[in-house]
Amino acid sequence: MRIFLALMFQQVRLGWRGGQTVLAIAFLFIAVTLLPFGIGPELRLLKELAPGLVWVVMLLTLMATLDRLFQADLEDGALDQLFLLPLALELVVLAKATGHFVVVVLPLLLAVPLAGILLNIEPVALPSLMAALALGAPSLVLLGAIGAALSVTVRRATMLTGLLVMPLYVPVLIFGIAASTPSAGGDGAVNAAGLGVLALFGLAALLLAPVAIAAALRAGLR
Amino acid sequence: MVQDEIFFDPTGAPLAAHASGALHVQDIMCLRGSHCLFDGFSLTLDPGAALAVYGANGAGKTSLLRLIAGLVPIQAGAVTLPAAPDMAVAVHYVGHLDGLKNALRVWETLHGFAGFYGCAALSEWQTKQILSLLGLSACADRPVGELSAGQRRRLALARLLPVARPLWLLDEPFTALDTQGREVLTRLVGAHLALNGMVIASSHEALPFATQTITLPAPQGSV
Amino acid sequence: MLKAVENLSAYYANPTRFMRLAGLLHAPVWGLALSVLVLGLYMASGVPDDYQQGATVRIMFVHVPAAWLSLFAYSFIFFASVTALVFRHPLGHVAARAAAPIGATFTFIALVTGALWGQPMWGTWWVWDARLTSVLVLFFIYLGYIALWQAIEDYGQAARAAAILAIVGFVNVPIVKFSVDWWNTLHQPASVSRFAPPALHPDFLYPLLVMGLAFMLLFAALVLTRMQMEVLRRRALIRQGARHV
Repeated sequence: MRIFLALMFQQVRLGWRGGQTVLAIAFLFIAVTLLPFGIGPELRLLKELAPGLVWVVMLLTLMATLDRLFQADLEDGALDQLFLLPLALELVVLAKATGHFVVVVLPLLLAVPLAGILLNIEPVALPSLMAALALGAPSLVLLGAIGAALSVTVRRATMLTGLLVMPLYVPVLIFGIAASTPSAGGDGAVNAAGLGVLALFGLAALLLAPVAIAAALRAGLR
Repeated sequence: MVQDEIFFDPTGAPLAAHASGALHVQDIMCLRGSHCLFDGFSLTLDPGAALAVYGANGAGKTSLLRLIAGLVPIQAGAVTLPAAPDMAVAVHYVGHLDGLKNALRVWETLHGFAGFYGCAALSEWQTKQILSLLGLSACADRPVGELSAGQRRRLALARLLPVARPLWLLDEPFTALDTQGREVLTRLVGAHLALNGMVIASSHEALPFATQTITLPAPQGSV
Repeated sequence: MLKAVENLSAYYANPTRFMRLAGLLHAPVWGLALSVLVLGLYMASGVPDDYQQGATVRIMFVHVPAAWLSLFAYSFIFFASVTALVFRHPLGHVAARAAAPIGATFTFIALVTGALWGQPMWGTWWVWDARLTSVLVLFFIYLGYIALWQAIEDYGQAARAAAILAIVGFVNVPIVKFSVDWWNTLHQPASVSRFAPPALHPDFLYPLLVMGLAFMLLFAALVLTRMQMEVLRRRALIRQGARHV
């Protein structure tokens, strides 16, 4: 629908001009750079841990970017207007989430190979990692948006949003990591199971999360 | 020239007249926290009428407007427009906050106002028309963040134009509007009322376009 | 103005009835809870030592019921939230909010006793086994729920947001359980044996059930008391004319 696209493109435009893309990628590399200082630069260790580390860093980056998704609109009065559009609120929030995906998550996904190299990832493992992340990212954005919507009226809600969203992320992370292992080496069944479940999560999130997000935003009306 | 072709319906055609019928507000109650601001409040607004709502700060003027818009859930009573089952698409609400995005340019904001309300893309001519009506012709390319307060307020009013809706809810519209802006708004309201539109505006000062007024009682102590 | 009074009292009519009922139930529920608890502890202490785990097996009589209650309390919060949202019953919010810290405490007890129980066997204070990990995630769910109530100033808004969170979390709990179990089967090193209560011999089963009942009654007593306190607190604040209760 035209309104959906208009909302989505505005989200992209604002995210880009607000520097969210660059900031998210910067955060990703900050976290990735800190890791070898913490766990030691031994390449063998990093290689083994790389997929898991990338997943966790992606989760944290997303948690950090999502809390402003609705709060910025609340602060300048644009959130009120979202309720008065001729499009169902569920679709409106889906449009905003999609816009956020395009402007923040897609660039992050493109940055993953470089992050992987810094962590000495096995080159064979990279495609599965990218595929798993790409498949899991929609769920992560939508689940994170639930947290953002619930805490929309709270000042400085980054930590709160992270806390609310963490239990929702655990299943996605578990299956995401499983799907990230390369299919060669006898882990094919695990890989496929992981990808399948990620796709299932994505579908469920697509259908159910907008309902929860819209309800949460309505709950914040006064 | 002012009345012709400044209001459009979502298909982009010039609006002939609004056909929503009278606004009926019946027995609504407003709770803020556990504090009851007003109760059993009713009013009827006929097409072509403009209501000015006065009252001290905290009396519930903003809450009343938001209740009618549906931005605050209605706990008692009803707000109805006969020909518009969904209040959300029958009102334009311009609140204290502008609802503007600083990073966007003025023309992008206008196109947003059209696109979000389901309108076909604004033509170049329409954009120029709206900007000149609001006195913002010189600012088309500037980012909203660079506008003065009066200019921002006028741009916020632009929301009323690309897609016409029968009921306007304006929260203290004259505040932060310069003289030029007040003239613009008065003219717009006049054109809107002439097309059977309705306006409810809260204010601390006299509104030249108001056809009826109401004053909300001062906030009472809690029960 | 009279009508406003009427409306506000309509709001509290149910709570008034509730307070009357709660006042009647207060002493009996507490009395029952404490008696059953004493009985359960007595029965648990009478149980013979397990040949493998020794006397520490008795921690099970606190750990297992605490884990049961952590799930039961969250289900209670879920149903209270649904009642509040769907049937617009204001006490639902009060009940959910009252139950949350109690559920969180039971969860915490389950975690600590789980660690204490396992330590002699594992040689370490924590392992990421399926059950303990699930309970840990549940603990975070409780923390998030409580934090949301605290963070939002307006009571009505906090209540509605918390109710939505409770429902979302409730859907999530079985998903987390399933995921963590699956994750654990992938990473289970053969050397760490899953600790489990001994085969549920009647000698162990009955004390366990009695302790479970005791904890449930304790939960009921605590929730009842907290609900009474909450209703009284809100009434006092409103009488003082507070804006944010």
